[in-house]
Amino acid sequence: MAMIFGFLYELALQGVQMFIVVLIAPLVMGVTRKVRAHLLRRIGPPLLQPYFDIWKLMHKEAVLAHNASWIYRVAPYFVFAVTWVAAALIPTYASGLLFSWSADLIAIVALLGTARFSLALAGMDVGTAFGGLGSSREMMIASLAEPAMLLIVFTVALVAGTTQLSSIAALFSTAAVGLRVSLALALFAMMFVGIAENARIPIDNPATHLELTMVHEAMVLEYSGRHLAMIEAAAQVKLVLYFSLIICLFVPFGMATGERSLAAFAFAMAVYLAKLFVLAALLPVGETALAKMRVFRYPVFLGGAFAAGALAVFLLFVSRGF
Amino acid sequence: MSETLQTLLQGRTAIAGHRPWPRYEIDAATWDALGAALAAGEGTLLGLWGDEGLVHMALSAPTLPTPAIVTLAVPDGTFPSVGKHHPPAIRLERAVCDLYGYAAAGAPDARKWLDHGAWGITAPLGSRAPAPLADPVAYDFSPVHGEGLHQIPVGPVHAGIIEPGHFRFTANGEIIARLEERLGYVHKGIDSLTTGCDIDRAARLVARVSGDSTVAASFAFARALESARGISAPPRAVALRGIMAELERIANHLGDIGAVCNDAAFALILAYCGILREKVLAACDRVFGHRLMMDKIVPGGVAHDPSPAELGVILAMLDDIAPLFADVVEEYDDTPSLQDRTCATGVVTPDLVVKWGAGGHVGRASGRDFDARRNLAYAPYDDLGFLVPVFMAGDVDARVRVRIREVEASMEMIRMLIDSLPDGPVRTQATGASAGEGVAVTEAFRGDLLVWLRLDGSRVARCHIRDASWFQWPLLEASIENNIVADFPLCNKSFNCSYSGHDL
Repeated sequence: MAMIFGFLYELALQGVQMFIVVLIAPLVMGVTRKVRAHLLRRIGPPLLQPYFDIWKLMHKEAVLAHNASWIYRVAPYFVFAVTWVAAALIPTYASGLLFSWSADLIAIVALLGTARFSLALAGMDVGTAFGGLGSSREMMIASLAEPAMLLIVFTVALVAGTTQLSSIAALFSTAAVGLRVSLALALFAMMFVGIAENARIPIDNPATHLELTMVHEAMVLEYSGRHLAMIEAAAQVKLVLYFSLIICLFVPFGMATGERSLAAFAFAMAVYLAKLFVLAALLPVGETALAKMRVFRYPVFLGGAFAAGALAVFLLFVSRGF
Repeated sequence: MSETLQTLLQGRTAIAGHRPWPRYEIDAATWDALGAALAAGEGTLLGLWGDEGLVHMALSAPTLPTPAIVTLAVPDGTFPSVGKHHPPAIRLERAVCDLYGYAAAGAPDARKWLDHGAWGITAPLGSRAPAPLADPVAYDFSPVHGEGLHQIPVGPVHAGIIEPGHFRFTANGEIIARLEERLGYVHKGIDSLTTGCDIDRAARLVARVSGDSTVAASFAFARALESARGISAPPRAVALRGIMAELERIANHLGDIGAVCNDAAFALILAYCGILREKVLAACDRVFGHRLMMDKIVPGGVAHDPSPAELGVILAMLDDIAPLFADVVEEYDDTPSLQDRTCATGVVTPDLVVKWGAGGHVGRASGRDFDARRNLAYAPYDDLGFLVPVFMAGDVDARVRVRIREVEASMEMIRMLIDSLPDGPVRTQATGASAGEGVAVTEAFRGDLLVWLRLDGSRVARCHIRDASWFQWPLLEASIENNIVADFPLCNKSFNCSYSGHDL
């Protein structure tokens, strides 16, 4: 009986982990927009507006192009599902959860790659000029961001001796790891990759109406109704995913790693949410100070991330002490 | 073709009643020779428009004392093409052909321009022959040959709240090989509407051609009409017109500076410029009773005489925004990521702006030192010292910097005009019956805006408005070649050509 109860308790903890990333995602986006609006001397939409928008889109008619294939119709759900799975795998408030052994950091990178691939396919599916333009730019960014991301994975794995996020988080939240140059470089690279992957300024402008300058928005320009709701939700979850990844890898302090009491989990959750909203507020501060860069400058920006990641890996080859 | 522009027009007798510049009636051979002389770079085309059985062409040249209008009768419905010598005339000739049905013989481009087949008639100012409705989408874009090229159609309906126009890009990946514009979606039939209508109505129509240039258009219309009548507005009215024109320039330039920066996703400057622009418009509203000062310049003077307290509102507003604007300029200067986008983007070469006679910030950013307020000086600018900023780079950054300097110059001009504002009436009688023809060019915020009109008693027999955009749109096509697709919005916003003022 106690065993079943204990299992259900663990299952509930895992369930909280899975649903918190989806349920909090629109609010995180709302905070980002609100802070940006305030920085631009505007009042901005209500914090809960992203929830209203998704609700509204869910109830609107989905308009499909005549030549849209099943790929186009399936892609939004697939992208959302894959992004959700990836986000749910990142330890947010507790390590050692029930499903945390089912996938590692490399699997998360692969899941995100799959989501991007299907969205790029969907962008080209209806055959509009903008869809193709967006897909080609997205793949260009991906081809630059993914190597940098893998180097971050290597850096972290070399320090922690594993690619299991749960173990990494548990290890990094102790004092044993200490301040490391390699991790600082990895954090730097991670921020660059996160900006590029989430289509934020200076790589992309999520608020633009200019079709010709869009990347992510150009791919999904033809989507409407529930399809668009799924894509928006997936984009919001992806932002939370990257925030969570940064929190888990670089500032896991406060995460519930040992004690399994409800109070410990509640405290860890509060700490996680606080960190999440701090990051959500910091993002637009950086965005407001920068203009969007030229498309052909992306390699320079993401090359910087790659170089930082590579340097971190090399340092670790020289000595595990870095 | 050995004759120069000067000798072609020398010794001719100007038509009586056309003021302030001469108008000559010429024959087809001279018309053709003038086209060749323009192509040889001897002068600048100022406009080309149709009239009943006539075509008119306005041109200026350093060898002529003033700009001149030449007129050719077209009894058989064709006239020698100027465009075959001088490309800036091509679109103007296409518009003449669409509105009047007069064909430009030998023209390199015989496609329709304003007529999208949606009128149900051809040549609304000419034969008015019924024509079947045509598919407005059908249009032969110029073919582009080459490997790996693909087309990107944009518009006429855009994602932002802007005017309609179609842009057909041929690109090789991200690099633009060719841009072709298709305009005419906001054709309102202004030429037809003003024909034969009374002066007050014509003035109101001209003021509504394009809301952002309403003061400049009304200013030009009023001056053309006063020239035709041989009267002049009272000194106080003239100074007030200058104040309004500069307020309009400041408001529009502030909007443009912000919009260009916003297109590089730098929304901070847009936000600040939005605040400043609002302060300007709010002051205009308080002083003149209309945010855009529409219908405040009327034939014979101005419609409202502001009290000293109201003028104080303008001065207070200028004192308020001047330091804030300096902050905006500093922010622009101190943001390398922004200048990385604007510098060396969308370059227009100096020879092109000279050939097209492009005015405004487009010309002055590429080294064409022309400002109608100074080069075709008119009151109140003729005895006002002011700076005309000229840059050589020809890129987006230069066009932004021209605007920045012009905002500063305009603020200074308004202060000078208010300081030396004469007393007296602000309106003279401009109605009544008389015949005559008048022409005027004013410097709108986009560049030189020409209004030509012919009066017939108390009515306007014909009125033509030529916006600066006619000679700027084609340069946008040139500026974007070999740039990347994602930079087009930035270039387009730095030009900010008028759709409504062009499509008429």
